[in-house]
Amino acid sequence: MLEVPILEVEVQFVRAELRLEAQFELRSDWTVLFGPSGAGKTTLLRILSGLLPPDRGRISLGGRVLTDTATHVNVPPGQRRIGFVTQQPALFPHLTGRANISFGLGTFGRAESEQRIDEMLELFDATSFANRRPAALSGGEQQRIALARALAPQPELLLLDEPFAALDIATKSAIVEKLHASGVPVLYVSHALADAWEINADAVVLEAGRIASTGAARDVLAPYRDRLLEQLGGGVASDARLRA
Amino acid sequence: MMGHMDLEALALTLRLALVTTALLLFLAVPLAAWIVFTRSRLRPLIEALTTLPLLLPPTVLGFYLLVLLGPRMAFGRAWIALTGHPLAFSFAGLVVGSVIYSLPFAVQPLVAGFAGIDTALLDQARLLGASRLRLLGRVLLPLSARSVLTAVVLCFMHTVGEFGVVLMIGGNIPGATRTLSILIYDQVQDFAYGQANRTALLLVVISLAALVLLYSQRRSKLGEARRA
Repeated sequence: MLEVPILEVEVQFVRAELRLEAQFELRSDWTVLFGPSGAGKTTLLRILSGLLPPDRGRISLGGRVLTDTATHVNVPPGQRRIGFVTQQPALFPHLTGRANISFGLGTFGRAESEQRIDEMLELFDATSFANRRPAALSGGEQQRIALARALAPQPELLLLDEPFAALDIATKSAIVEKLHASGVPVLYVSHALADAWEINADAVVLEAGRIASTGAARDVLAPYRDRLLEQLGGGVASDARLRA
Repeated sequence: MMGHMDLEALALTLRLALVTTALLLFLAVPLAAWIVFTRSRLRPLIEALTTLPLLLPPTVLGFYLLVLLGPRMAFGRAWIALTGHPLAFSFAGLVVGSVIYSLPFAVQPLVAGFAGIDTALLDQARLLGASRLRLLGRVLLPLSARSVLTAVVLCFMHTVGEFGVVLMIGGNIPGATRTLSILIYDQVQDFAYGQANRTALLLVVISLAALVLLYSQRRSKLGEARRA
């Protein structure tokens, strides 16, 4: 547990079908943002990344203010040092995997950029397909490149919006392991408990635009796990990971 | 065989089309990007103004340009004071008229191309710190390459085939403002149908070649399915 919060959030965002009022802190290197579909998880991540301005609120990352509506501070997405990967890898289709990773390294020198790309390719076991364009890559390979691209500029926080929903469990586990190895704090969003369950993580539960609970994942997500196991037939869990 | 008049008109027409197309690309790319991405309330007005030349009769546009470029208006007077001759009835005047007249043919394909780009890609470009110039050069233009080609071909050919605006603001001065389409008009007026036929065929061949070039860049749906 870290003393200084990685991220401090207090935001309000109201649109026709969503009233988002969220206040929480991130202190763990891996935090799960859990909640049902429509709870406002993706909207919250877009606000944190700077893609969407909140109506009111304040966001600070490692003590650095990114958004403060009271003082009209709104750091642009590219200067926040936040990576953001969604279920759709959103790779630039006309660029190779390697060129995709280099896209965010505009401030790096040429040699430094090449070195960083190689590091990322190695971390995600992506060297063998780095020179292919996205259309020639599998879903898992595309997601590895997308993660490498997001981590290459050395962000202080990585936002993951259900990035493994379309991948098989083995691929997902391998990638999660690599993400832990990167050392970058992660805020991981999912509406599926089996996907979100991480025993050594913190969790933030978002329901109908409000923070319902926060704390250690094993405590916060336990009621949801018990409810799921009950629905599955009194403890006959289909997914062994939930019994961890 | 092409006569001296034909060659002179052909050279002038191609020069006008090239200059107009280059200027239009320079203007239309940022304008189209602004139309697609702005939140300004002026967007509908600006978009309507850029599309207006498509609907107006060329004579209306030509008339207003003639007035604007003439010595009665401040712009026309300023041009005369600066260069010593009026903009109307000169090659430069033709370029101004052509740029305005063909503006929708450059802007519309580019707007369609930019608007069709997946917003997730634009989000990623912003997250990765791309400046507007980098976003334009590395993402928007490469992903809209076919729209850019369409804009280039349409602008070029629209200028080559232009008649009403050219006649209104350029007159019919050999070597200066007499383009191929004006030449055909002259030849028909003189009952020189054989010459008119040759000049018209030249325009048909140029137009057809340009369209074949454009359509050869578009893959058929069946072809794409076979490649997949």
